[in-house]
Amino acid sequence: MSDSTMKPNKPTPLVEARGLTRFFDVGRGRRVHAVDNVSLTVGEREIVGLVGESGSGKSTFGKTLLGLHDKTAGEVLFRGETLPAKYRSVDYQRLAGNMQMIFQDPYSSLNPRMTVGEIVAEGLRLHAGVSNAMARERVAEWLGRVGLQPDHMSRYPHEFSGGQRQRIGIARALILEPDFVVCDEPISALDVSVQAQVINLLGELKESMGLTLLFIAHDLSMVRYVSDRMAVMYLGSLVEIGRADALYFDPKHPYTEVLIGSNPEPDPELERSRPSTAIQGEIPSPVNVPAGCRFANRCPKVMEVCKTVTPQLIKLKDLDREVACHLYD
Amino acid sequence: MTQATGDLLTVENLNVEFDTYGGIVQAVRGVDFSVAAGETLAIVGESGCGKSVTVQSMMGLIPMPPGRITQGSARLRGQEILGQSRIDGREIRGAQIGMIFQDPMTALNPTMTIGDQIAEPLQVHKGMSRAEAAREAIRLLEVTRIPEAATRAKQYPFEFSGGMLQRAMIAMAIACKPEILIADEPTTALDVTIQAQILDLLQDLQRETGMAIVLITHDLGVVARMADSVAVMYAGKVVERGSVDDIFYRSAHPYTLGLKAAMPSNDPTLKQSLQPIEGSPPDLFSPPPGCGYAPRCPHAMKVCQQQQPPETSLSSTETNRPHGSHCWLHEADSPFKPAELHFIENDSAVEQGAAS
Repeated sequence: MSDSTMKPNKPTPLVEARGLTRFFDVGRGRRVHAVDNVSLTVGEREIVGLVGESGSGKSTFGKTLLGLHDKTAGEVLFRGETLPAKYRSVDYQRLAGNMQMIFQDPYSSLNPRMTVGEIVAEGLRLHAGVSNAMARERVAEWLGRVGLQPDHMSRYPHEFSGGQRQRIGIARALILEPDFVVCDEPISALDVSVQAQVINLLGELKESMGLTLLFIAHDLSMVRYVSDRMAVMYLGSLVEIGRADALYFDPKHPYTEVLIGSNPEPDPELERSRPSTAIQGEIPSPVNVPAGCRFANRCPKVMEVCKTVTPQLIKLKDLDREVACHLYD
Repeated sequence: MTQATGDLLTVENLNVEFDTYGGIVQAVRGVDFSVAAGETLAIVGESGCGKSVTVQSMMGLIPMPPGRITQGSARLRGQEILGQSRIDGREIRGAQIGMIFQDPMTALNPTMTIGDQIAEPLQVHKGMSRAEAAREAIRLLEVTRIPEAATRAKQYPFEFSGGMLQRAMIAMAIACKPEILIADEPTTALDVTIQAQILDLLQDLQRETGMAIVLITHDLGVVARMADSVAVMYAGKVVERGSVDDIFYRSAHPYTLGLKAAMPSNDPTLKQSLQPIEGSPPDLFSPPPGCGYAPRCPHAMKVCQQQQPPETSLSSTETNRPHGSHCWLHEADSPFKPAELHFIENDSAVEQGAAS
């Protein structure tokens, strides 16, 4: 990989989404607006956390970014190169070595009929033209790097616990030594004590390999802990982006405020002193996207303008923060 | 342990096992806890620790066979509720103890309207007529803050969102004004803003009706938000119990301390690294003879591998919520004292009486 686009001061964006849009037609002329005009930059060696409730489009965004979904509109740039709107098999062939994904469910994302060795070697076989037999050494090395034993190679996924399966998923994604990895809820299915094992493993690998990560999750405390920057999605749109700590402790968008206020902290005194921030209502259907701000019908600070005019992301003065809200017009 | 007076529900030495193709799983291995009227007890632990089996066995929801309650008692106001026939147990289940489940979509009947499902226990337990029960069902949907309750009562579960289904299940569980509501991971499947709504609703209902809540969860944030007292379970046993403040600020058992260290701190000034608990929980087909946590415990001693630790009473901040921990480190001749563990892992000095 060439690093020729590196500029002296500003980190080069490794991956850039410009107005990325993905709609799904669901029949009778109805469309799910899963991801609608999202622009997001992920810098070299950066970890960007993407949070939002179920149905906010965060997983679809991650998959569209990698070409696992075709783009309805907008574009994705990787090291400045525009990637195709619709991937053909040669595109996967070419890009799989650069961009990989770690999935949420370590049970359904591993083929139960393949041995761990075959699962981890598959990328090498398909994308680097290495035979299974030749890949053994690399697979053994990678199983060791993710904290498993090389002799686990001949076993099947059902013989492993959830945490171990997630390690297998990590080895499969990283054996091609990609630059960019989308982690889609990599720890949601795991117990607390095992979550920390997987997070620390990802952190070590990120450092040693110089990885860039998009970390998708709904666990706000964990995303703050892991990420450099944090982006908040609601109903297919980005509502706020900023430095992870600053955004968590000083949210600007009313939705971010509600989301973080609703996250119970493991601290009884803090919980007793916090006012209830529960808001009424639920996330609307992405088929009937409301006009204006998508959060307007639940927003505690809603104004007249919010119901008609869609707010754009604007940069806040003196803050490394972008917010899509009319309160900051 | 002797129980303070006024306990509504007392569970002692509960043991549950299951026959499987792989052998006998000892899912619950001597669980003790008690719940006082009007309080919230959180039973917290990771998957497979036996927290759900514990409450299901109380509710007569364990399929037998393959399940078996081999020992123990559960008394509601002194009356034994384990081992009753299906018919006798009905008086308790549903009427005196209500229960809500993690996944409302599978817990509700997809072929019955929501209103009929809420009305059913009212007809069975309260002897109401169909019409009376239907009216009461609508009132209960209003109590659980479902908008347009009369219309909603005529709908089927698939027409409800996850949060609304959980409200409907709460309406059903509180229909007969139970003294205890058992909530088994009630918000695990929900988004955080909907979780906040449901937790608020449960607290408001508790304030209005005075019912006790037994909350099963793996989320320490939810525990901190809801609980008065806490029982921490690991490998089929309660390893530590006490008031919520004792469990969070004066944690004594190495597993409780380990869980806290494995979670990101909410303190903006420090970004210390997470300390995972290495390894995984023991196999309950052949549970270890000693402490179940010993194989993962950073402070494990020889005795921990060989013998079950007894419960040690620790000084507690709330006299009616005794603080106890099952760990050999609390013994007089152990190399560490719980107070020292606090210096090491909690970074806060707390005096602890280590007498057993």
